[in-house]
Amino acid sequence: MADVAIEFKNVTKRFGSVVANDHVSMKVNKGEILSLLGENGSGKTSLMNMLSGIYFPDEGEIFINGTPVTIRDPKDAYALKIGMVHQHFKLVDVFTAAENLIVGIDPGKKLDRKEIADEIKGICDKYGFVIEPGKKVYDMSVSEKQTLEIVKMLYRGADILILDEPTAVLTPQESEHLFSVIKNMKKDGKTVIIITHKLHEVLSVSDRVAILRKGKYIETVKTSEADEEKLTELMVGRHVELNIDRPVIENKELRLSVKNLNCVNSEGQQVLFDINFDLFGGEILGIAGISGNGQKELLESIAGLQKTQTGASVVYYDPDSDKKKKDDAGQADGMEMIGLSPKKIREKGIHLSFVPEDRLGMGLVGSMGMTENMMIRDYSTASKSLLFTDKKKPRELAEEIKESLGVVTPDISTPVSRLSGGNVQKVLVGREIAAAPAVLMTAYAVRGLDINTSYTIYDLLNEQKKKGVAIIFVGEDLDVILALCDRILVLCDGHVNGILNGAEARKEEVGLLMTELKDNRREETAE
Amino acid sequence: MEANMNHVHDPWVRIAKRDDMSFLTKLGIRIAVLAVGVIICAIMIYFITGLNPFVVYLTVVKGAFGTVRRVWATVREMMMLACIAIGLAPAFKMKFWNIGAEGQVLIGGIVSAGCMIYLPFLPGPVLLLLMFVLSAAAGALWGLVPAVFKAKWNTNETLFTLMMNYIAIQLTAFLVSKWENPKGSNTVGIINPNTRAGWFPEIAGQQFMLNVLIVLVLALLMNIYLKYTKHGYEIAVVGESWNTARYAGINVGKILIRTMLLSGAVCGIAGFLAVSGASHTISTSTAGGRGFTAIIVAWLAKFDSATMLFISLMLAFFDSGANEIASKCGLNDYASDMIIGIILFFILAGDFFVNYRLVFRKRVSAVNSEKEVA
Amino acid sequence: MMQNFVTLIRAAVFFGTVIMFGCVGETVTEKAGNLNLGVPGIMYLGGIASLSSVFIYEGSTENPNKAVCVILALVSAFVASSLGGLIYAFLTITLRANQNVTGLTLTIFGSGVANFFGGSLNTLAGRFEQIAVPVTSAAFRTTFPFSDSLGVVGELFFSYGFMVYLAIIIAVLTHIFMNHTRRGLNLRTVGENPAAADAAGINVNLNKYLAICIGAGICGFGGVYYVMDYIKGTWANDGSIETLGWLAVALVIFTTWKSKHAIWGAYLFGILYWLYLYIPGLTRSSQEIFKMLPYVVTVVVLIVTSLRNSRDKQPPAALGLPYFREER
Repeated sequence: MADVAIEFKNVTKRFGSVVANDHVSMKVNKGEILSLLGENGSGKTSLMNMLSGIYFPDEGEIFINGTPVTIRDPKDAYALKIGMVHQHFKLVDVFTAAENLIVGIDPGKKLDRKEIADEIKGICDKYGFVIEPGKKVYDMSVSEKQTLEIVKMLYRGADILILDEPTAVLTPQESEHLFSVIKNMKKDGKTVIIITHKLHEVLSVSDRVAILRKGKYIETVKTSEADEEKLTELMVGRHVELNIDRPVIENKELRLSVKNLNCVNSEGQQVLFDINFDLFGGEILGIAGISGNGQKELLESIAGLQKTQTGASVVYYDPDSDKKKKDDAGQADGMEMIGLSPKKIREKGIHLSFVPEDRLGMGLVGSMGMTENMMIRDYSTASKSLLFTDKKKPRELAEEIKESLGVVTPDISTPVSRLSGGNVQKVLVGREIAAAPAVLMTAYAVRGLDINTSYTIYDLLNEQKKKGVAIIFVGEDLDVILALCDRILVLCDGHVNGILNGAEARKEEVGLLMTELKDNRREETAE
Repeated sequence: MEANMNHVHDPWVRIAKRDDMSFLTKLGIRIAVLAVGVIICAIMIYFITGLNPFVVYLTVVKGAFGTVRRVWATVREMMMLACIAIGLAPAFKMKFWNIGAEGQVLIGGIVSAGCMIYLPFLPGPVLLLLMFVLSAAAGALWGLVPAVFKAKWNTNETLFTLMMNYIAIQLTAFLVSKWENPKGSNTVGIINPNTRAGWFPEIAGQQFMLNVLIVLVLALLMNIYLKYTKHGYEIAVVGESWNTARYAGINVGKILIRTMLLSGAVCGIAGFLAVSGASHTISTSTAGGRGFTAIIVAWLAKFDSATMLFISLMLAFFDSGANEIASKCGLNDYASDMIIGIILFFILAGDFFVNYRLVFRKRVSAVNSEKEVA
Repeated sequence: MMQNFVTLIRAAVFFGTVIMFGCVGETVTEKAGNLNLGVPGIMYLGGIASLSSVFIYEGSTENPNKAVCVILALVSAFVASSLGGLIYAFLTITLRANQNVTGLTLTIFGSGVANFFGGSLNTLAGRFEQIAVPVTSAAFRTTFPFSDSLGVVGELFFSYGFMVYLAIIIAVLTHIFMNHTRRGLNLRTVGENPAAADAAGINVNLNKYLAICIGAGICGFGGVYYVMDYIKGTWANDGSIETLGWLAVALVIFTTWKSKHAIWGAYLFGILYWLYLYIPGLTRSSQEIFKMLPYVVTVVVLIVTSLRNSRDKQPPAALGLPYFREER
């Protein structure tokens, strides 16, 4: 029997009425790579946060190397040689790599930047990292920052290393490199825990897999005895076939035409390159890509929230005007949307709905109740009065959405920030659909939601599609995109790297397009 | 290291956000902290002056409400403070840190005084109306400048408005030496003492009735504005998140500027009240720090007009009362600032107990239950 | 002309020293992520604490010892100011009150306490003469013995009381601490990214408490210098300390949160403040307009820094934001 590095006994953590971890008892062996698998919200991160001293358990005990321990803060965790790389990096932007590394240790010691740089080099050489000690964090790429975080933990002498969703922000090549480094660390006798929900990673790198579901520990299986199907079943609790409907709609009409869309972000980097595509009523256009490859800017450009370079054009064709006036080619007059503010877009009668990625930071006002959140779209036009708002209709709409989508809230006046993630999303999607859109854009519409709520959202989208709405679905789970979308547009480095037919596309094909920009594309834009 | 290997005591207390608390409990907590503050002040007063605290507080009450004249003085002070707080409310609700009320009040005061000095021949109501409009416009201008820079370049408004205070103070100092009367006194003196041109008229035989009426109307209008109008809704959205505001099609810059115009205008009107409705003169201390105190009033009241009026009354009460103690005991009247400071500290501390609760660990029972399981 | 220049510089140094203490103290506080608008109140507390303690000491003994006077003044000021900082720290960190509102309250409280005691000290002490601490003030104003023999150079550089040099030393030490020690790095981490500091095992609240209290103590020295040297050991209820306190807060921005820049920045503010005396042809009223200069310059600096978006010239990233670990 292998030595046990970590043991949880009946560990429970609650946040208000939500139980994040429910009497979890599990063991991690010394020198193994363990994957902690579970859906979003299954309690993986909060369990590990109790190891790293960020949270404190409400009940239960933790044993390290067989000894019961109390980990009150990260300092205790370091003393026990536990290091955690959080999903949101804990780095100081204005500090150099070296400065970030030594923050918090040996406060009385001299600050010798040269000596630290040498030590960094030692660690990097041992495991195969590359770090420039003098580089400021604000000049680093995401993967450099992650490397820095891992080196930081090793520098602190961590024997138990916890990585929270390490590949979420990495390209496949970077992920491969990370896995090889992790294997080097294992050879060195370190215990590594990887929090993830990506099955293929679990299978490729870990020795054993521990599964959490809805805060409860399910079981630990050997990777060699597991396959994707079995793990999925353990993770979601029932055999889930991604059997999402894809109704076929006839007579699709052009709804949106995007041409020559170029976009530079506030830091002066070009983030969108010559985007061209058409969107039809009655279809769901999936947008696949590693997060941060231009999805946000694309949707915000269309919604009038992002400045675009000259020459860009987004033309909207209204469903009603289809019948009225058509030119010789049978095409209705379109409306140019570039240059219009969100308010102007609405005033011009363009029926555009947008479910942004940042639900409480952009789509909703957290401190307001459902009623007042219903008013965001049309508070100025819905009320006949020049001066006063009208809360009657919003209140009715809020009641209706609460009823029809089953939003769990004590009252429609309860601040929406107090609701759970799924209910927040129902409020937002409900409102956007209630506006009777002709074009509906959603960004990561099911992120952080449980399976059932996710399916509710898919159904809602399909319903809209059947009504002839043109839908853009920015997603991260390829299986979902492949099952739900009629066409799939793949973004890579801000380029359209291909548009595939959803019913025919293969997952590997999409994955490849996400990660490798076709050569000719880069040249095209270089001209 | 050693300690970690053994059972160490858990954090004995944690802080957790409190869910909804009943109105009465909240009120009870607030009254309780206020009472503690008052007791602490009493103890301090006792040690400094050697007076019986009960006698002292009786003196405070007498000082604030002892005679009709004193009641009116307290009410006048309360209305002044409330007026500025009402002006600040929309700015702070928008999370625009307008620390510049002091300057906005002064500018309003300068303009009022200027009208009284240069246009005393106008018919009374016309002059008052003109002063009202011009002082509001001047205050609005003073609020506009930082708002424009905030809107265009996100320039830090806290420090900008703070500096605007001092620019206003120097402008006042400049005009005081221009308008000084008598020459060489470096004060303006009472303006139009005989004609009373530009003074608030007595209403129902009360000198300060008009102050009260103006502020109550402003309080009512501001409450309606913030809670029931489209503008109020926009202010609330901008205060919560600029991104959401942009998403909602709200032009953030426009709202910042419009709201600061309003905020500055109401503060300017407060300057008009101070000059025309109270002191009938102008000096660099016309605002007298009320611009800062009013920030605390607006914040603690969560921008609700009735609560702002109440807190203003309380502060005015302590202010008048402390002045009374000071003069009775031959001490100076800064005692009121000290007492108000202490009371405000306690009110701020009280907020914590309304919003959070302390969770004490029940470690012993947890260990026991584990043993039972084993 | 030359003499005018020398007097202007000397006036600027006197003035600048008060706000240099305030600025460096507030920089220490802000580096920990707390914007303390109580600087004027804290300077008031420091000033009155030193004055009253020395006043009592000088009145109780025949031959007051100069060293005791100086130490008593500095220690009592540091303790009183730190206590003011402690109130602010307790309210904003432990009780999670709003930083700006708490700071403003501290300013009201501090000015109330100081002016109350400043105005009533003699009555309370049962003595009726004007408040004055001649011995201590003289000790504070003792200059280098050789300064007279050095002519203009001596006048420009060596003709000040020791606190002028103390201010510079504290500014330099603060700079070294922030940039060349691990503890300083830890403190800055708290102000830049408290979650990172927490995860790195730094005690966020302890660092904040210490930075606020020590920062307040340094601010308090500004009050001591003002009372003992600037107005020569008396008390004035004219609100000058408040003005100086706000200028110190402005100076923090002017120096882009780097205490080494406070050394020249403070004197520059002093020059701007007193320049009106040396501009020929100004009347008493137009002088008042000229006195706007430091405020206008601060506004200009504020605007210019907001226009230029340099990553290294920004305020601490978490300035003004509360931090609670278990919030979610």
